[in-house]
Amino acid sequence: MTARLIPAACDATGRREQPLRITVNGEPLDGIAGQSIAGVLLAAGRPSWRTGPSGAQRGLFCGIGACFDCLVTINGDRDVRACLRRAHDGDTVHTQRRDGAHHSGDQDASTVPRDSDSPDGSVL
Amino acid sequence: MTGRQVAVVGAGPAGLAAARAALGAGAEVTLIDAARQLGGQYHRTPPEEYAASRPEALQHGWPAFAKLRRELLGHPRCAWWPETSVWALERRDPGQQGPPRVHLLRGPADGSHRVRQILEPDALVLACGAHDRVLPFPGWELPGVFTAGAAQTLAKGERLMVGEQVVVAGSGPFLLPVAASLVEAGSRVLAVLEANPAAVLARGWSRKPWQLAAQLGKAGELIDFTGQLVRGRVPFRTGRTVIEARGAGRVEEVVTARLRPDWSVVRGSERTLAVDAVCVSHGFSPQLELPVAAGCALRGTPGAQFVQTDARQRTTADGVWAAGEITGIAGAPAARAEGAVAGWYAGGGSPAARALPALRRSRDQGRDFAARLARAHPIGAAWPGWLGPRTLVCRCEETDYATLCRAVQEQPGAAARTAKLATRAGLGPCQARVCGPTVTELAARLRGAAPDAVPADGLPAAGPHHRPFAQPIRLGELARPPEPPDAAPEHHGA
Ligand SMILES: Cc1cc2nc3c(=O)[nH]c(=O)nc-3n(C[C@H](O)[C@H](O)[C@H](O)COP(=O)(O)OP(=O)(O)OC[C@H]3O[C@@H](n4cnc5c(N)ncnc54)[C@H](O)[C@@H]3O)c2cc1C
Ligand code: FES
Repeated sequence: MTARLIPAACDATGRREQPLRITVNGEPLDGIAGQSIAGVLLAAGRPSWRTGPSGAQRGLFCGIGACFDCLVTINGDRDVRACLRRAHDGDTVHTQRRDGAHHSGDQDASTVPRDSDSPDGSVL
Repeated sequence: MTGRQVAVVGAGPAGLAAARAALGAGAEVTLIDAARQLGGQYHRTPPEEYAASRPEALQHGWPAFAKLRRELLGHPRCAWWPETSVWALERRDPGQQGPPRVHLLRGPADGSHRVRQILEPDALVLACGAHDRVLPFPGWELPGVFTAGAAQTLAKGERLMVGEQVVVAGSGPFLLPVAASLVEAGSRVLAVLEANPAAVLARGWSRKPWQLAAQLGKAGELIDFTGQLVRGRVPFRTGRTVIEARGAGRVEEVVTARLRPDWSVVRGSERTLAVDAVCVSHGFSPQLELPVAAGCALRGTPGAQFVQTDARQRTTADGVWAAGEITGIAGAPAARAEGAVAGWYAGGGSPAARALPALRRSRDQGRDFAARLARAHPIGAAWPGWLGPRTLVCRCEETDYATLCRAVQEQPGAAARTAKLATRAGLGPCQARVCGPTVTELAARLRGAAPDAVPADGLPAAGPHHRPFAQPIRLGELARPPEPPDAAPEHHGA
């Protein structure tokens, strides 16, 4: 077993659920309104969605936008932190990989290096 | 009314208190946070869409928080800007007075259609908090290994339980609320492992008990969590930690081991536990990129650095105040007290105000509490003993320990930057937020810096907090001209 949403029926906060559906690499995934993209993925039994330079699986690590492990492409926008972005019904999510391809430039000073399948100039 | 324009960055306990105090002093306040909701890490609440009828079920101090939230949201001089990231601070030209210009992006996280705005406040209060510090160990990059803060955020903020069988490990009182949240969410917490031995904890916590009494809110909270854990029969062990996570594509088991007081591993004491999640925290790293961009001096030993403030919470940068975890890790009550002092002065409040001595007292008690925390939960100097040659030190670039060792040995005198380029450690998407302190500490040790050069509490040597882009911005967004300050952000996809 893995991560899961606390069932609404036994949630101490007395929450209500409004279903939503996103697609991940074309495959539909159900979630509820208010979840982050990472939350939808985790609750759907997917502990990982990105791959590191070696091809190793990565998912959510810090949960608050500090580690950039959870990057995904959402509705065509690359390098979105899945832990920070709310899911909306109909969001299309594509997973990303980082294959260690380096690009030139003074990365130390200014850029957030991109995952390999990012188009040019997506994120500084 | 002082008519002063105060921008507060961060709506956690420190920023909320700062906003209230600045309003009390008569200022106009813009309260800015990247998150959608007020509260920061401490008051993490379920999203509005959940329409929770009992949000207080998970919160300590809910009535006070709810009241403050109502007060701020309803205040005619307070503007609340959610989903707003400060991506740069632009200092004034030499000779010009005043705080830096605040460059903002408003809209969903990392979106491409956010609105750019620039604020030119009379005073800037930075209250941007901290993130978990996690020391590397073999397998820490496996999915299912979370920071303790991530588990807490998901449980409180999304009602998501990270795993069925969980071990919580690291050091610090924060492990307790995290374990309590996991139990509440339905996880089986197999153990809470505090790396420091009981004797160190006892020395740190029991010295000068009157200091603790002053932080009763905090202590009461911890007692509460302990009660919950005892009821949930969660074993709390000291002098033990997770030294390895294993699994195929995700964590399936952890190896725990006994530690000596210096955190060297007692060989032969290893145990294996089947888990589907591990939550780890060895302390917190303050988010220093904005203070550094503003030109604030830091204090402390390299790596254990915080923003330097005076008795009024003023930083060394003109017109910039700081409060909360960026000035020292002391928990929510201390952050609140600092925020109130900072906000009052930033708002132009009188130094003769009657409430100030009490506020300053509680701020000072908070600082004592921080010192106590550091004493009770140091990072043991021998922790690198659990690293293997293939253990990743930089998660983004997958730089392993052996590569780092080689780079330092081949270029012993090389500047940190050269070593960085050779190993690529710290050059990935997180820009060394996660590995920076660790890589700096390890490199210093490998260069033969005396162990004493590592600060007593074991925190790492200087990490560069210099990040010209405090948050990612897209080229398209940068190319668009900024909107006037009163423009409302578009809510794409909302
Ligand atoms: C993930 C996590 C969970 C935690 N949970 C608890 C808990 O349950 N109980 C507990 O006692 N302690 C918890 N802590 C410890 C916590 O740091 C303190 O208790 C307290 O929240 C600190 O208050 P603060 O106001 O200094 O910072 P925070 O509460 O961290 O608030 C800082 C705020 O600043 C915002 N911010 C930062 N940078 C920017 C930027 N560039 N632009 C816009 N906004 C920005 C952040 O979004 C955040 O909301 C947690 C810490 C972390 C990292
Ligand atoms: S999990 Fe760390 S940035 Fe999203």
